[in-house]
Amino acid sequence: MTAIAEAPVREAGLPREPITEPLPEPASEAETKLRDVLIIDYSGDLEKVWATMILASTSAAMGVRTRVFVTFWGLAAFVKDERRITGENWMQKMMAAMQRPGISHRKTSKMNFFGMGPWMMGRLAKQYHVASPKELLEAAQLMGAEFIPCQMTMDMFGLKQEDLIDGMAEPVGAATVIGLMTEGSAPLFI
Amino acid sequence: MTPLIQVDERVDARGLSCPLPIVKTAQAIKALGPGQVLEVLATDPGSVKDFAAWSKTTGHELIESSSDGAVYRFVIRKH
Repeated sequence: MTAIAEAPVREAGLPREPITEPLPEPASEAETKLRDVLIIDYSGDLEKVWATMILASTSAAMGVRTRVFVTFWGLAAFVKDERRITGENWMQKMMAAMQRPGISHRKTSKMNFFGMGPWMMGRLAKQYHVASPKELLEAAQLMGAEFIPCQMTMDMFGLKQEDLIDGMAEPVGAATVIGLMTEGSAPLFI
Repeated sequence: MTPLIQVDERVDARGLSCPLPIVKTAQAIKALGPGQVLEVLATDPGSVKDFAAWSKTTGHELIESSSDGAVYRFVIRKH
């Protein structure tokens, strides 16, 4: 590979100071045996979906095996953005109509104000170069994070695998999640 | 004075917020071979501690963490 830059660079023309914190020792073999991370993604609120995506993408970026169990309102964020109405009976369809599914259509839990809150949050995120939940989800999937839908939620809301975004794992139930916890996954409920 | 290090790849994460500097670094390091060196430029002050934690967890060696007052520079050797 050709060298594209040679150290040291001087971006602002100021003398480059090493940061006083000591650099971490390279990890030993024993230290690199990591616990898995298991996020239980329960909420469909914009800010909580965002937190889930930040933690899932970072965890995958750190080389940690990352699983996200998507249940109840969390699953609404994993329905394809372009799906308007989901479900089989009138109640399931009405619930989708009352709150549009899809990761790009989340509402804030506080200060939603008919969409003003999410709109302002989106504007601020762009201004401060914060990645959107959708971008972080795609990055997390690319780095191998597994998103596992809850079978019970899919049944209750009448969701089919083809309603959900591509790359989701096979649906499982609560026993699988508890099983992973007993095997030592670090659990997180969002 | 830091000795000259051959840098094989560079990530420009200037202006980006958490967790993008780490996410972009993780994606870039995948393409490198063991022993190759990645340079990351960032402006997020949180990245100083984040890169130290990332290096410790992944085992990729952080061989430089520096700042010129405006830009942070992290040099990483792939594990």
